[in-house]
Amino acid sequence: MDRIANFFASPAMKVVLLAFALIFPLIAGSEYQIYVMALAFIWAIAVYGLNIITGFCGQLNLAHGGFFAIGAYVVAILTVDHGWAFWPAFVASGVFSAVFGFLVGIVSLRLKEHYFAIFTLCVGFIIYLLLDKWEALTHGSLGIINIAPPEGFGLIDFTRTIPFYYLVLFFLVLAIVLVSRISSSLVGRTFLAIRISDDLAQSLGINLMRNKVLAFVLSTVYAGLAGGLYAGVVRFIGPAEAEVVHTFDIITYLLVGGIGTLMGPLVGTMMITWLTQAVQSFEEYRMIVFGPMLVLLVIFMPKGVVGTFLTWRGRRLASKAPAKEGQTRVGDSATSSKEARDNA
Amino acid sequence: MLKINNLTKRFGGLAAVNDVSVEFAAGQINAIIGPNGAGKTTFFNLVAGAMPPTSGSIEFNGMDVTGMAPDRIARLGIARTFQTTKLFEQSTVLDNLIVGHRLRTQSRLWDVIINSKRLRDEEKKCRAKAAEVLDFVGLSHIGHRYIADTTQEERKRVAFALAMATDPELVLLDEPAGGINPEETENLAALIRKMVDHGITVCLIEHKMDMIMSLADKIMVLDHGEKIAEGTPEQIKTNPVVIEAYLGSEEDVEA
Repeated sequence: MDRIANFFASPAMKVVLLAFALIFPLIAGSEYQIYVMALAFIWAIAVYGLNIITGFCGQLNLAHGGFFAIGAYVVAILTVDHGWAFWPAFVASGVFSAVFGFLVGIVSLRLKEHYFAIFTLCVGFIIYLLLDKWEALTHGSLGIINIAPPEGFGLIDFTRTIPFYYLVLFFLVLAIVLVSRISSSLVGRTFLAIRISDDLAQSLGINLMRNKVLAFVLSTVYAGLAGGLYAGVVRFIGPAEAEVVHTFDIITYLLVGGIGTLMGPLVGTMMITWLTQAVQSFEEYRMIVFGPMLVLLVIFMPKGVVGTFLTWRGRRLASKAPAKEGQTRVGDSATSSKEARDNA
Repeated sequence: MLKINNLTKRFGGLAAVNDVSVEFAAGQINAIIGPNGAGKTTFFNLVAGAMPPTSGSIEFNGMDVTGMAPDRIARLGIARTFQTTKLFEQSTVLDNLIVGHRLRTQSRLWDVIINSKRLRDEEKKCRAKAAEVLDFVGLSHIGHRYIADTTQEERKRVAFALAMATDPELVLLDEPAGGINPEETENLAALIRKMVDHGITVCLIEHKMDMIMSLADKIMVLDHGEKIAEGTPEQIKTNPVVIEAYLGSEEDVEA
């Protein structure tokens, strides 16, 4: 039992995961499955972003799907209407989400708890309205078609599924490595102190506003870049990308996987994506499966799959080795970031 | 060390702290007592900068800190604990303490991205500090334990350690002995004395009179936001105004 648990928490598990991800296109049953996996990776990047502001820093941001859509629209508008190539437009989507995130952050983060959540819910809806109604800029409800795919510079054709799959995998690994570094560093610990309590963090000399805005901007950059990638693979987007239902999808992935953990966003996104695929034949009745599952999960595993596992294992270790110094980090085992970096 | 001049805080029509002037000397244990709702915690919040005063001023080491943001005040050397001990339940005791020294470090996001030498040095420094304060409060043996699995007294000690990790000169303790048994209270009192022996000035709010009377060098009594007495434990014990505030006067009893 312990051996299996240790393996799951060890760096070797990350190697196994990465190896699986690398050979997945070879063992997948169809191109469709590879495509589904690539899309799930994109969503996972966005979930990692939400994990920074909501999981680590404790601020429930309900505009996250809106920032995803903004990233997608920046790429779409720049490539279709202004003739930009994909890569500069992709960089622009990150920059624009950072700037917009900063502006929204310095206003909305003055509010606390529910008020912040309600405010960002409104921001998300305003983003949707802008994308839907500002026809001169966004083509309105028609959406934008023929978005430029990522250029492969004559070497790789990213309009094909398998190359795109590896491209998205590369960005996902990069995203996880960065989050793992942040979460185990002093910066991540600062976010965590804010999550415990604003008052406590301030009494420890932490500048609340500066750190909350930093976490918020990081999360919007993640969302924006994920959106930019999404635009490059799907190549057609509409205002529906900004609907609040996507934000709640992202939150669901995060809750199922484990909020505030390092591998939770990935585990949650994968589980829900493939479960959705498995019950797709039920169509609208699939919510009969999802609803009770979510309720049970929230009641019995409020920390999600990964969070519950880590707490269980941590307690076991603590009770077995009383002399050993604490090594658990914010999210995962201490060596994970180094290992993941080596693999990247 | 801490000089309060005519400090007032009003919430609408209610003066939670009303025209309080007091001076706390360095290296002493100063207690603030008073009935519930006397404004003790509000007084702490004002000193720590958690809320700005309506009027009056606060001087710390000769520097005017009135209305300064709480994080800046913490960096100047005022640490505090809260009535309810808030800690990160899903982490170990040691992990909880590492962030305590964050305010003495400089690393930013960029240091994290490039994994700079400064960040690595500072993380080492914070870890060392956490181990040091853990040892100071006598909890080295449970550094690996999860906060969720610790006792109330241990939590209080961890909260002390967290305050100590900020390298403070003045520590404000809000009801440190609330919710723990008499024996643990004595141990905690010994720890407070140890802090003072290490050159830290302590200010505490407490309801346990035995503890206060044996521990404090100086006591200030608040009632309805006003300072009604100030002095050594002996002076306070016999002060008729204090007795009246706590027990009601003889006339009240007769009426």
